[in-house]
Order: sequence, then structure tokens, then C-alpha cells
Amino acid sequence: MSEVLIETRNLKKYFPHKLGQVHAVDDVSLRICAGQTLGVVGESGCGKSTLGRAIIRLHQPTSGEVLYKGENILNLKGRDWRRVQTQMQMIFQDPYSSLNPRMSVKQLITEPLRVNHVAANKAELEERVRSTMELCGLPDRYDNVYPHEMDGGRRQRVGLARALALNPEFIVCDEPVSALDVSIQAQILNLLMDLQESRNLSYMFITHDLCVVRHISHQIMVMYMGQVVEYAPTDEIFENHAHPYTAALLSAIPTTDLSRRNRERVVLKGEVSNPINPKPGCRFAPRCPYASEKCNEPQNLTEIAPNHFVACHECAKQAGG
Amino acid sequence: MENLLEIKDLYVNYETDESVVHALNGFTLNVKKGETLGLVGETGAGKTTMCLSVLRLLPEGVSKVEGGSIQYDGKDVLSMNKSELRQMRGAQISMIFQDPMTSLNPVMRVGDQIKEVLSLHNPELSDKQKDERVDDILKLVGISPDRKDQFPHQFSGGMKQRVVIAMALVAEPQLLLADEPTTALDVTIQAQILALMKQLKEKFDSSMILITHDLGIVAEFCDSVAIVYAGEVIETGSIEQVFERTKNHPYTEGLFNCIPDLTSHAARLTPIPGYMADPTNLPTGCKFADRCGRCIDKCRQAAPEMVEVDPGHFVKCNQMEKGGSGL
Repeated sequence: MSEVLIETRNLKKYFPHKLGQVHAVDDVSLRICAGQTLGVVGESGCGKSTLGRAIIRLHQPTSGEVLYKGENILNLKGRDWRRVQTQMQMIFQDPYSSLNPRMSVKQLITEPLRVNHVAANKAELEERVRSTMELCGLPDRYDNVYPHEMDGGRRQRVGLARALALNPEFIVCDEPVSALDVSIQAQILNLLMDLQESRNLSYMFITHDLCVVRHISHQIMVMYMGQVVEYAPTDEIFENHAHPYTAALLSAIPTTDLSRRNRERVVLKGEVSNPINPKPGCRFAPRCPYASEKCNEPQNLTEIAPNHFVACHECAKQAGG
Repeated sequence: MENLLEIKDLYVNYETDESVVHALNGFTLNVKKGETLGLVGETGAGKTTMCLSVLRLLPEGVSKVEGGSIQYDGKDVLSMNKSELRQMRGAQISMIFQDPMTSLNPVMRVGDQIKEVLSLHNPELSDKQKDERVDDILKLVGISPDRKDQFPHQFSGGMKQRVVIAMALVAEPQLLLADEPTTALDVTIQAQILALMKQLKEKFDSSMILITHDLGIVAEFCDSVAIVYAGEVIETGSIEQVFERTKNHPYTEGLFNCIPDLTSHAARLTPIPGYMADPTNLPTGCKFADRCGRCIDKCRQAAPEMVEVDPGHFVKCNQMEKGGSGL
């Protein structure tokens, strides 16, 4: 196993609300190794984007730790923080609203370099913009093009170029391909994977599309209402998933394989419940087909197989014998 | 089986000051009674324009039907007058729009929005009967009738989409046009909504056109499929014929190759090179020629004809042979 790049310990992010606290991210611990991708999946509102943002301190976490190469970064200030910050970048979901409409492609990509004073002189700055654009498949002729003149795929390339300009080691990708057509989606996914290989990048890939996540991730974390319900290597999740919520998510994905057409499907009843001041116990219990008395107690993540963690007493019991 | 909807050689343009956008270019599609047809294509392929043409809801002044015909249940839709259209819309053909967040009236109670449809199409019903119908349809889509006095913002995305479906179904239409009904929803909610639509469709014995860009949804919920590219249908057939993947249009093949699938585990995806043909400046020959790996001279000279490769399975490609394996 290569070196651990990002680690969180009991990370929490609560948002104040007039009725109490919204538990957006509740006690999440994870590890991402250099050159690896962690896929984070879950329904909207489960806290996956908040988690991504909390790790790079776009939201200051309520409690817990975020370690970058073993150093807790949550209390870093000034120059120390800036040094770490440039190593951690983010690609946003919507390439239509995350780019300043009044800046050209070249200006957009120059901005992060200029703000962080990484280039010694103008020539070097130019050179870095040029090489970043080339890396992301944006030819020179896009220099003076504005975001509205481009389609979603090219805009997402600009978003990626902005994130890559500072040579980061870690990128949070928040649903980077959800807004794109399938053929464009494939181009961006290939680009992300090529860059990972050539630059040993680590990604945290947030998505609700399990097909995409299987394709790109080494490990997968399934979240439900701010908590981790299952965390395991990718193949393990798809072949030996244990948590009833993971099973429901997987069975809900439509596939093009006709032989799976008449499979037994787990259709979940109801919707995600209210994340304001949730009760202890398993948060999935109200929708869970196997819920019992014992689900009202807090559920701990248990290792049921090497590196395979599940937060469900029933699964832990079955695995234990 | 009888065709409920026949669209033949439809041409629709959008005219702007600078250019003419050719949205539909010889669009031909038949929907049989009781059938669910999946309509698949990229952004800008003309899927939504097709729906709007069928309902005659194309924006006035900008858009123009340049040719072709639309027959619904034997009647010519393009020559209907306003009152005939009012009779048809909502009562016989209704539409579920893509975004449930914006297709409901925010200042009207949801029960009243559903009742409005009945007031227009079933004026003979008494107020009490209408209320009963509203309660029934709400129960059917899985919303408690107690919530009918609430406003749209009090519902979640999935629940709003249920309200939209209730509105579309309350007058028991024969044909349902569903324009990406689940794109804005989560997978578990998507599964609920699609299961619901399938169940309701069977109950009312109606036909449905399901527009989506997700081939997985088509494989699981539709009887037949039509693939749209640059304003025309380039392949159509039953689910089995198309998803068997033996005789496909190169574009359909490209679509299959660029989606990551749960059952396969390819190391790299194969994107379709390039971008869709510019609708303001379409090529004369095959519109897919520039992106096609099998393009020959003939493809650039003349637009290919529809070829019936198997009974009921049509492909618009020069290299397909009738009944043969082609390619």
C-alpha cells in the first residue's frame, strides 16, 4: 500500500438550524492513499458534498481531524495553510455556474496561479497556463473564448484545468460528470484517469452514479444521512456488499444487460428522513426491510472482512458466524 | 398492433436573427397502442422538440414546421384548430416535464393544480366528484390525500415528481410523453417513480414515450427503442433487437461503448470522438459521418435510407443490408 495522503478522524460538520442542528457529516473517518481514488456515493442530501468541502476546509468542520500527510490541517493559518491549500483542489458539479462568465478561458486558468504567486515572472506564468491547457485537451484557440461559448464538456475541462494549474496532489471531484452527456462523460472520465496515472493524483470522487464510481474508484464509501454505512474496496462492495442500503442502491441501478431485466429488485419505500437532531440508532432503519428493536441503538462500523467495514449490527453478526 | 401516433418525415426549424437551427430533419416515429417506447439521444438531438411538436407547443414566431405530418389516432395534429388542440392536450396526450421543481405553480395548492386539469377536461363532474378523483389519483401515486392543501415547496423532489405524474394522469390520457422524468432524482427515488409509472400505464392501458439518455432505463422499462441523432431517428426496434448488439448503427454502438456498466469492467471507456453536427450547418450526407469510424465516401455524398435489418428493426446506415448482417 502506498503512503496515506489524506486521512480524516471522526470528522463532523453540523449546520445550525432554527429547529436544532443539521447533522450533515457525522463522525466520518476515512483514508485516501497517494494515487488512489475514493468514491463517495449516496443520495442527495446525504452529506457527501459537505464531506468533500469539509476536507479542504471550504466548510470549517465542527469537530474531528483532517490529516494531510500526517499533519492536522484544520488549525493551520497564513502561509502554512496556503502551502497545504494549493495541494488540495476541487472540481465542481455544474460547469455552467462554477466559472465566472466574464473571464476568458485563459484568464480563468491564470487566476489560481496569479492568486498564489507561484510563477516567478510573466513568461513562466504563460508557460504554466499553456501546459495546463494542453494537459486538459484545450487547444490554444480557446485562449479568448468565454464560458458561454463552450459546451458542458469543454467547460468541465476548464474547471479541471483550474484545479490542476497548481499541481495539486489531491482533488475533490464533486459530481464532475453528472451534468454531461454520456459520450462527453466518457472523455472526461478517461482524462481524469490518465492524469491520475501520469501525476499520481489522489481523488475523492463524489457521485450518485454507481456505474461511474465502479469504473474510477479503488475504494468506495456509501453514505446515508451524514454517516458511513459501508466502506470497502470497490470489487468487495459490488460482489460482497453487506448493508441493506448498499443492496438497495445497487439493485436500483438500471443496466443495459437484458438478462438482469427481471431480477428481484429492492425498491425502497419512503424517503430520507429529517437530518435535524437525528435520534441515536441506525438512520436507515425507517426504510430498512430488516429493521428490528436493536436498530435503535447506535451502530458502529465493524470490519467484517479485510478492509470491509459495515455499520449494521445484523451484518456484523452474520459475518461473525 | 395499431399505431396510436405516427410521425412522418417531420422537419422543424428554429429561426434566429443570425441562423436557422434545423432541430428535426425527417423525424419518423410510430408508437403502437399500449407500447412504451424509449427515445434516446444526446443533448440537442431534438427529443424535446419532437414532444413539443406533437402537442403543438412549439414557441410561436421562432419555430416553424417545414414539412411532414403527425397523425394521432387517425387525426392530423398539424391541422387542428385551437379548440381541438385543447381537447387533445392533457386529456388524450399529456406530458411529464423534466424538472419537477419548475413545472408546478408555486402559489397554487397541489390539490388545486390537479383539479384544474379535471375542470378543463371533465366539466360535467361535480365539485365533489372532482375532489374524489383528486384523492384517488394522489393515493395511486403514493401521496396521502391529506397533503393536497400543501404547496409545492413543502414537497421533496421525488414527491413533486409524483404530483406532476398525478396531474398528467388524472384525465386518463392515451399517450404519455415523459421527458426525462427521473433525471433530477436519486436512483432509489428513480426506481420508485419508474415502477409507479409502469404500474399506472398498465392500469390505464396507455402508451408512453419515455425520453432519456440512460440506456439502462430503456433496457428495463421499455418495449421498444428509438435512437435519435441530429434530429432524426437513426435506429429503431424492439429492446431485444437493439440491445442484443449484433446489428447496430455505429452511433448506437458508440453509445453502448461509452457508458460504464456494472456488468462489464473495461479499463478504459471508448468515447465517441468529436461533437454532434452543428444544427445550423448540417452536412449533406450522413450526419454522423464525421464521428463515424466506418465512414466511406458514399456516406458523405447522400443521406442513408432506413434499412430493415430484421423484421421491425430499422437502421439508417449505408453499410447495412436488408435482412443481412451488414457491417
